[in-house]
Amino acid sequence: MKRTAVLLMAVLVAGGLVWAQGLLINGAGATFPYPIYSKWFDVYHQKNGSLQFNYQSVGSGAGIKQVTEGTVDFGATDGPMNDEQLKAYQDKHGSAILHFPTVLGAVVPTYNLSGVSGSLNFTPEALAGIFLGKITKWNDPAIAGANKGVSLPAGDIVVVHRSDGSGTTYVWTDYLCKISDEWKSKVNKSTSVNWPVGLGGKGNEGVTALIKQTPNSFGYVELIYAAQNNIPYGTVRNAAGTFVKADLKSVSEAAAGAAKDMPEDFRVSITNAPGKTAYPISSFTWLLVPSKIQDNAKREAIKGFLTWMLADGQSYAEQLSYAQLPKAVIEKEKKAIAKVQ
Amino acid sequence: MATANPTVQSAGPISGSRSFLSKLREGDEIARLITFIFAATVVLITVALVYELWTSSVLARHKFGLHFFVSEAWDPVLDEFGALPFIYGTLVTSAVSLLIAIPLGIGASIFLAELAPPRISDTLQFFIDLLAAVPSVIYGLLGIFIVVPMMRNVIYPALNKPFGFLPIFKGPSYGVGMLTAGIVLAIMVIPYIISVSREVLLSVPRDQREAALALGSTRWESTWKVVVPFARTGIMGSVFLALARALGETMAVTMVIGNTPKIAASLFAPGYSIAAVIANDFTEATGELQTQSYIELGLVLFLLTFILNGLARILIIVTTQKGSKVSN
Repeated sequence: MKRTAVLLMAVLVAGGLVWAQGLLINGAGATFPYPIYSKWFDVYHQKNGSLQFNYQSVGSGAGIKQVTEGTVDFGATDGPMNDEQLKAYQDKHGSAILHFPTVLGAVVPTYNLSGVSGSLNFTPEALAGIFLGKITKWNDPAIAGANKGVSLPAGDIVVVHRSDGSGTTYVWTDYLCKISDEWKSKVNKSTSVNWPVGLGGKGNEGVTALIKQTPNSFGYVELIYAAQNNIPYGTVRNAAGTFVKADLKSVSEAAAGAAKDMPEDFRVSITNAPGKTAYPISSFTWLLVPSKIQDNAKREAIKGFLTWMLADGQSYAEQLSYAQLPKAVIEKEKKAIAKVQ
Repeated sequence: MATANPTVQSAGPISGSRSFLSKLREGDEIARLITFIFAATVVLITVALVYELWTSSVLARHKFGLHFFVSEAWDPVLDEFGALPFIYGTLVTSAVSLLIAIPLGIGASIFLAELAPPRISDTLQFFIDLLAAVPSVIYGLLGIFIVVPMMRNVIYPALNKPFGFLPIFKGPSYGVGMLTAGIVLAIMVIPYIISVSREVLLSVPRDQREAALALGSTRWESTWKVVVPFARTGIMGSVFLALARALGETMAVTMVIGNTPKIAASLFAPGYSIAAVIANDFTEATGELQTQSYIELGLVLFLLTFILNGLARILIIVTTQKGSKVSN
C-alpha cells in the first residue's frame, strides 16, 4: 500500500516537472473553427514538443471578453470586434489587439419540404422576407419565381433560428443587413438578435433537429455542419445575380473578391461579396492576438504558430471542410505578424 | 450571605469550563463545532450567491430598475432587456408540469405504498429511482424525438379541435412550445413526487390504518381519508421539491420550448424560460449590459424560487394547523 502511494507520488511529481518545463499558451473563443484549431494545435504541438496550446471553445463573445480581461493569451471570434470593444481593450491594456483571419466558413439556408428533392434557389429578397415574417407561405411568388418547375406547398413557413448567441447568427444577420434596409433598421446584426419570427434551436444540431422534426420549416446552419451531416441546402443569388451553391471554392471566391481592398486591421465582412461565382453568405474567422505580449517565450511561440498556420497550416483546412485563405490575404497577414511585439 | 456570594459567582464559570473541557475530551464539543461549520456553509453559500448575483448585475439593475420585471423587450442589438417573457415561460411550464405530475405522482405513490404487494412496490421503486437519476439532456432528447412529433400529430389535434375556442389551446402548433416543455418537465419530476410521497406514506403509523379499519372503513377509505391526510405535509414537500426542479431545469426545457421570448396565451406557442436563456446566451453575450442582464435574470430566478418556497412554507403551516384543529 505504502509503496504504491510513494510510487504514485513520484509519478505525479515527475509529471509535474515535465508539465512545468513545457510552455502552455491558453486561448478561448469561437466554437465554429474549433475542429481545425484543435487539429492545428495538435499538429503544432507534435512539431514543437515543449509547446502546448490549450483552446477552450467557449463562444466568440466569451473569447473577446476573456482576452480583454487578460485571462487568456489569445482569443478567437467569428464576428470581428466592434469599435467599442477595441476601445475597451485599448483602455485596459494601453495597446491594441490584432485580428488574424485563419480560415473561411459559410452559412447555408436549409429546409424541410416533403416532395422537394432538388436544392431550392433563394433570392436575397426571399431570405429577408421570410426572416422578417413578410413571406409566410412556401408558394409565395418571391420563392416560386426563382424555382420554376418545382411544386411548392401552400403551407406556412416555420422559421428556425439559433437560440444561443453564435457567430453563425452574426454572419447570417450581417448578410441580411446588407441586402435589406428594413432588416438593418428593424433588427440589425449581432451574435443574437431580437428575431421578428421563428423558433429557436440550440446550436447547429438544435436547429437541424427542429428542421427535421417540423414540416415546411426553414432555417440556417453552418456549411460544415450541413456538409458533414448530409443536410440539403439551397443556393443563394449573389451580388452578381447568379445562384451559387456554397462550397469551398465559392467561399474562397468571396474572400478573394474582398482581398483587394482588405483593411489594415483585417476587420472585414465578406457577405454579399462581388464576384460572379462568390457565395454571398461567407465569412472569415479570426484569432485575436494582443499587440503587446510581455512574456518573450509566449510572444515568439504565438508568432511562430501564426507563421506556420498561414503556410503549412492552411493545407489542413479542406479536409475539415473549411475554405483556405486567399493568397493575397496570407501575404498581407504575414506582414502583420511583425506588429506583435 | 456576603461571603457566600463570591463563591456562588465563581462556581458558575469554573464548573462551566470544567464541563466544557470534559465535553471536549469526550468529543461532543468538537462534533458540535464541526457540524456547526458544515451547517453554516449552507447559509454562507446562499449569502455569497445572492451577493455575487447582486453586485455583478449592478449596471443592469440601475439602467432598467423595476421596469426589468415588466418589460417584454429582449434586444441585444439595442441593449434593451426585460425579464417578463422569461418569468412567464418559467412559471407557465412549471405550472403545467405540476398539473400533470401531481395527480399522476401522488396516485402512483398511493398504489406503491398502500395497495401494491411489497415485491412489486420495491421493484417499481427501483425503476423510479433510476428515472430520477437520468440526466436531463436525455429527457430533452426524449422530448425532441417522441414528445414533439406526438404533440403535433396526436395531442394538438385532440386539444385544438374541441377546445380551440379557449385562448390556451388556440393557434398553430410547431411541436415545440410551452405545453411540450411542461409535459417533458412533468415526466422529469414525477419520479421525485412518487419517491418522496411513497416514503412518507410508508412511514404513517400502522395504528392509524388499523384504527380506521376497526371503525369499519374500507381499505380505500382508510387510505384516502386517514393515511393520505396524515402524510399531507410530506406529500406537499415532495411537490415543492418537484416545483424547484421544474423551475430550474435548463437543458431539457431549452430543447423543446422553442426558445422565443414572447408572451402568448396559447400553450402551443413557443416560449422561453429563465434558466434556458441563461444557458443559451450567456457565453456569447457581447456587451457588459447584456451579460449583466443575464446575471440579473439569475437573480430573478433566485427570487422566484425564494418566494415560491416561502409560499410553500406558509401553505404547509396553514394546512397543518387546520389539520390539527380537525383532529382536536
